[in-house]
Amino acid sequence: MRGHGTYVDEEKLTASVAGEVQRVDKLICVKPLKTRFNGEVGDVVVGRITEVQQKRWKVETNSRLDSVLLLSSVNLPGGELRRRSAEDELTMREYLQEGDLISAEVQSVFSDGALSLHTRSLKYGKLGQGVLVQLSPSLIKRQKTHFHNLPCGASMILGNNGFVWLYPTPEQQEEEAGGFYTSLEPVSVSDREVISRLRNCLLALAAHKVLLFDTSVLYCYECSVHHQVKDILKPEVMEEIVMLTQQKLLEQEG
Amino acid sequence: MATVQVSEAEKVYILHGIRDDLRVDGRGCEDYRHMEIETDVVSNTDGSAKVTLGDTAVLVGVKADIGKPRPMVPNEGYVEFFVDCSANATPEFEGRGGEELGTELSNTLYKVFNNKHSMDLKSLCISAGEHCWVLYVDVLLLQCDGNLYDAISVAIKAALFNTKIPRVHISADEEGGKEIELSDDPYDCVRLNVENVPCIVTLCKVGHRHVVDATLQEKACSVASLIISVTHKGTITCTRKVGGGSLDPESIFEMTEAGKRVGKALHAPLMKLLQQEESLGKARQKVGFLG
Repeated sequence: MRGHGTYVDEEKLTASVAGEVQRVDKLICVKPLKTRFNGEVGDVVVGRITEVQQKRWKVETNSRLDSVLLLSSVNLPGGELRRRSAEDELTMREYLQEGDLISAEVQSVFSDGALSLHTRSLKYGKLGQGVLVQLSPSLIKRQKTHFHNLPCGASMILGNNGFVWLYPTPEQQEEEAGGFYTSLEPVSVSDREVISRLRNCLLALAAHKVLLFDTSVLYCYECSVHHQVKDILKPEVMEEIVMLTQQKLLEQEG
Repeated sequence: MATVQVSEAEKVYILHGIRDDLRVDGRGCEDYRHMEIETDVVSNTDGSAKVTLGDTAVLVGVKADIGKPRPMVPNEGYVEFFVDCSANATPEFEGRGGEELGTELSNTLYKVFNNKHSMDLKSLCISAGEHCWVLYVDVLLLQCDGNLYDAISVAIKAALFNTKIPRVHISADEEGGKEIELSDDPYDCVRLNVENVPCIVTLCKVGHRHVVDATLQEKACSVASLIISVTHKGTITCTRKVGGGSLDPESIFEMTEAGKRVGKALHAPLMKLLQQEESLGKARQKVGFLG
């Protein structure tokens, strides 16, 4: 049966996009490798605020249309039970302004495919210091949790939309400011090195189309420690590291 | 110019990283990203080169044509530049969006390359005052990820190295007029001397330090940058400041010194690579655009 990403060419089913074949009984679909993000309810996303509007923010999430984050679906400082007043509407830019990065969850999908996001949990909200890596959404493995505190000394949010946020592991848990306060204290050089290494590892894995989840990233990190951070992106080193990672992943599976 | 949005916290992160000489991608302040060069990629030019620097990609083609020398310098040929900003690079270049950047780039390139110290323009002369070779250098931006100037200058140097100008024979006919005859043999050609062709090094002032080969994110954090063209001997042939901010004299001096150092170090491996590629001859497997 003809599914998404396929067409019938002279009575033969042919893929119209390059990607992974998925079968559900007789239905055959091809999931494209290079694509925009098709959000589903519950997906964790990392996005960038592009516009502040009346009662809503527009968020760039690598989907076909900009997503919206309603003022009513964020946690404002002062706890869950706080009532939203007209002043909140006027001070929206103080919470999130253009260019800011947020982590959020998809709350619902509109009929035109645009996403509505929410940050009504302490784990979501504005992102502070760190590095954003933009990859293809089809490389992110769907998992129970997309927030990872990696043992190598940094944390990672693997957004379902292909945006990955790397940041130094926070020392104490979220402050009272409801997640709108960001620390601008300098990050230590050792943390930076770990984050830069992770960033280059992610890019290396993505270049070789390896599925991204905590184990694969961690294995890649371990395989890369013999090399200098800046050398990881050289094609020959990249190939070597990714090959070692794939071997490790196979060993672990089998 | 393609711009990216960067949040305040990200800016702080980048700024502190540069202060500690450890950039987001693990490089130091004076390191370049991975660069790939391929020459002779477009068959209908006299010389061409494609350079990728990180995610920046430029294609340069050189066409030689016979023209009239400029009246001020009758015994020299000249070089013309045209920069095309493809909308493939960024949607901002769509329509006439890339025109401004294109003119700015080509004006700078003209300043840097079209003088007798950078290129041997006398060798482009065919007969003084009447005919000379005109080199049309066409630059096509395929992808923008910061540091266009450096990538373009390297590509131009490689393309000029690759340029083969057909040999010409001048014969006088009975009436005293001169006739120019181009050699039919494609191997009977003149190569350009690219020894003195400079490379451009762009230094971006970020915080109190400066970085070489800035990515778009780093560029977003910088107030101003200095473009320096350096020859293989370390001679500076041209400097230009771009960007809205200002630079104090002390930092300009520091940046020039760093530019000299970096530029000098850029030339030797570049020439070595170009000669290596040349020596492979026809046996070389071409990578092209799909590799």
